[in-house]
Amino acid sequence: MKTNPNDLTTVLVTDCGSTTTKALLFERREDRWHQTFRGEAPTTVEEPTADVTIGAVNAFTEVQELSGRAIVKEGESPFVVTEGDPSQGIDLYLSTSSAGGGLQMLVAGVVRNITTESAERAALGAGAIVMESVSADDGREDYERIEKIRHIKPDIVLVTGGVDGGATSHVVEMAEILVAASPRPRFGDTLKLPVIYAGNAEAADEVTQILSKKAQVVVVPNVRPTLERENLGPAREAIHEFFLSHVMSHSPGYGKLMSWSPVAIMPTPAAVGDVVQMYAKQTGQNVLCVDIGGATTDVFSVFVDRAGTHAFNRTVSANLGMSYSVANVLVEAGVANIARWLPFELGETELRDRLRNKMIRPTSIPQTVEDLWLEQAVCREALRLSLDHHRSLAIGLEGKREKGIADVFKQSSERYELVDLMKLDVAIGSGGVLSHAPSRMQAALMLVEGFGLQGVTQLAVDSIFMMPHLGVLASVHPQAAQEVFENDCLIYLGTSVVPLYPAKRQVQGELATVFLNDSALGSVIAGAVMRLPTPCAGKATLRVVPSHSFVDVGGGPGKPVEREVILGECGVVCDGRNRPVVLPEPRAVAQRNVFSNLGLMSEEPDV
Amino acid sequence: MSKALTPALAVTSRTTVRRRRDLPIAGEVLVREGDIVSGSQVVARAQLEGELRLVRVAELLGIPASDLPAALRVAEGAVVQEGSLLAEIRGLWGLFRSTVVSPIAGTIEFVSNATGHIGVRAPSAPLNLTAYIDGRVVGVEPNRSVIIEAESTFVQGIFGVGGERLGRLRMLPVSATTRLVEEYIPDRAEGEVLVGGHSPTGAALAKAAKAGAVGCITGSIDDRALREYVGHDIGVALTGDENVTMTLIITEGFGALPISERVLTTLGSINGEVVSINGATQVRAGAQRPEIIGPRYEAVKGQDMRERSLSVGARVRVIRVPYFGAVGVIEELPHELARIETGAIVRVLRAKLDDGRQVTVPRANVELV
Repeated sequence: MKTNPNDLTTVLVTDCGSTTTKALLFERREDRWHQTFRGEAPTTVEEPTADVTIGAVNAFTEVQELSGRAIVKEGESPFVVTEGDPSQGIDLYLSTSSAGGGLQMLVAGVVRNITTESAERAALGAGAIVMESVSADDGREDYERIEKIRHIKPDIVLVTGGVDGGATSHVVEMAEILVAASPRPRFGDTLKLPVIYAGNAEAADEVTQILSKKAQVVVVPNVRPTLERENLGPAREAIHEFFLSHVMSHSPGYGKLMSWSPVAIMPTPAAVGDVVQMYAKQTGQNVLCVDIGGATTDVFSVFVDRAGTHAFNRTVSANLGMSYSVANVLVEAGVANIARWLPFELGETELRDRLRNKMIRPTSIPQTVEDLWLEQAVCREALRLSLDHHRSLAIGLEGKREKGIADVFKQSSERYELVDLMKLDVAIGSGGVLSHAPSRMQAALMLVEGFGLQGVTQLAVDSIFMMPHLGVLASVHPQAAQEVFENDCLIYLGTSVVPLYPAKRQVQGELATVFLNDSALGSVIAGAVMRLPTPCAGKATLRVVPSHSFVDVGGGPGKPVEREVILGECGVVCDGRNRPVVLPEPRAVAQRNVFSNLGLMSEEPDV
Repeated sequence: MSKALTPALAVTSRTTVRRRRDLPIAGEVLVREGDIVSGSQVVARAQLEGELRLVRVAELLGIPASDLPAALRVAEGAVVQEGSLLAEIRGLWGLFRSTVVSPIAGTIEFVSNATGHIGVRAPSAPLNLTAYIDGRVVGVEPNRSVIIEAESTFVQGIFGVGGERLGRLRMLPVSATTRLVEEYIPDRAEGEVLVGGHSPTGAALAKAAKAGAVGCITGSIDDRALREYVGHDIGVALTGDENVTMTLIITEGFGALPISERVLTTLGSINGEVVSINGATQVRAGAQRPEIIGPRYEAVKGQDMRERSLSVGARVRVIRVPYFGAVGVIEELPHELARIETGAIVRVLRAKLDDGRQVTVPRANVELV
């Protein structure tokens, strides 16, 4: 197979998810790279088949049938490789994977909001789910930590603790606790558990000596060499290496799947993270991206930090989702928070039972509009909760000179949240509830209300969740990935405008005026949500001018904001509700007005 | 195109059930291929490593970790009893003595001069793995696992809590549409699996558990009663480890749905027999549903357990509002996609419900019954 970008014209990429294996064909045409055909099949990593390649070949076969291109053949490699006739075969096969629960990790550190947090960021950025994190200062007794660790089966453990040159005893103690708990690896129980040590370099020998009785230990440079600096790259690379050598190679059928591609399989979230970073870097924008699935919700962000660099963060809320985990959104958010987004009254018992029935029959779909709105209300809360979680981990560190122990206690004043919604340029939604919402305006409103967007933000959805595919494609051919991402993947919905003002101000009437290419488009009215229509495509200059000196639309109080935006069918969504949104009573009536103003109350069914 | 299968929970009086019994760690398999085993019989065992207790010796004695060797009274590998002296220091002229003793019996696994800690490992504990179902051993992986096969009555539920249990089946004298309140629960139900009705109250479940029942199989449950019974809200459909003395299996869903006649008839035919039940539910890839496995009912011929596809004439239950819980017969499977009330364009079917209504529903919203 070919890997030189100049030689590629046809690339087949799969994402082997927990439930479905999705195969996409990418082809170079005269004008640019296109995503052309798509096939999918149930993932076959579980018993009774227990071989991921069966589902993958089924997905290839569907692409073959739809495209008319010969792709699959019998033999060691299942692919017809293009030779001569460019209309047949493929040049390259690539894959990502989150099947079998993805990459599951345990992280351990010494101080919760210093080394443990850095370890979590390293693990999450590498595409892992952090099953548990333990710290010397997490308030638990030794036996509680040991009990907790003992019952989980991680793929990999990341141990950190201490800055380089600092005290060693606490991190050595964490190693002892780990040995005491002796967690077993998820795959291959005859193998030693993979452990990455990325803590105080001076404790490396001692930690290795303690852990090597029970684990296969790899030492990499400290994720937190000093209090004010993180170094996550080496730990992430070690995670990827273990992912391939210990997790992938022991998952059913993956040995074969890996042999089919000259490029390493990527964890799905890592691939999505790469695309988000690529997009943010190339467009120079602050980006927030969410992938809301059946079981988990991933949030990715790239914001320019105080040092002027693009800081990437990813978090996964492992039990916030729209099907298997839908009842957990109910548990975490509470009935009242979900019900507040509904434009109709629904009793608590009915709401609870409906969501529990969705949990146990996750493939069912809403038939009535009210049932759809209930799912979309759950989505808003899943977005809110997962963004809260993301904000708590997406932390910037301010540089400073001192490195004394007293700084540990001052640390909170040196940390700052990277996510600033006023500075957010683009919010991207992915996952069925957003990408396949029957109306694009529904998707736009879920993003605006769920994230509680502020200022001026472009809204987009991933058309068919191809970001994982583009992430691994970008590792070979960045330009192809970029072209497809902008043209076939992203669907721009429009732009939201949400002015903010001090809560003590009682404001009525106009908050701001919106101009499109210097023509007045309309106003944002306090308390109201409205749509200002625009052309459905193309680029334009959007200018938002606050109507009061205390109203902020993203440029500071009273200052106008001007942005180049890509237009979408939702036009400009003006939300005049201050943040956080407090709906007037009766809430259902207030929300009904919002839906009505945005044209969401008039869908006419065929049946 | 990949084939879409319509979910259908198994309810059959005779099928072949195989269950693989795995040791969590390498151990000893106690049966051979061909052996006939009972559900409660131990078929394999292993020794689980005992817990390791960290003793913060230096901290307890108030000495630096580096002074631990001088205070130590045991060596790595030593066997100690609960209360055995681990370390001591003496003050001026030996007048003040501080000691640290072992909190458990076990072996000294490590002594750390870096942290001043001692690790004491408790003795290993035996783990006995039972067969879970009555049947014949059809496969053995030495030191690892046993496969047991049986011709059985087999019923799947839609959701459950609580793990594996064996008990005698007892059909409650209530109709399928009866709500299970306390008065329908017998005062004594030791070792029994109670079957019938729907929507048990929290008090009814508490009474059944107190009466000694090991299982309760019913049509449905409401969210509040489930919370009362389990003691917490269940957020993710991943169950089986709840700390309950009675496994609960619901066959239809949440709300107030009567237990289905098929389940009642099938389980009624083995009333009084010992059954194996498991409430463990995992609703995702590799889905696991709760199950009731009992002796086969001789009068019934083997039934086809393969997953079925939708066809005209098949009986289905609707699993989503506005017809949630209604049962009917498929009258038409239109080829064309249709736009439903939500605006989504999906595959639908037309069915005649038992109450006479003719309805159109998304194909994703029915299950075969």
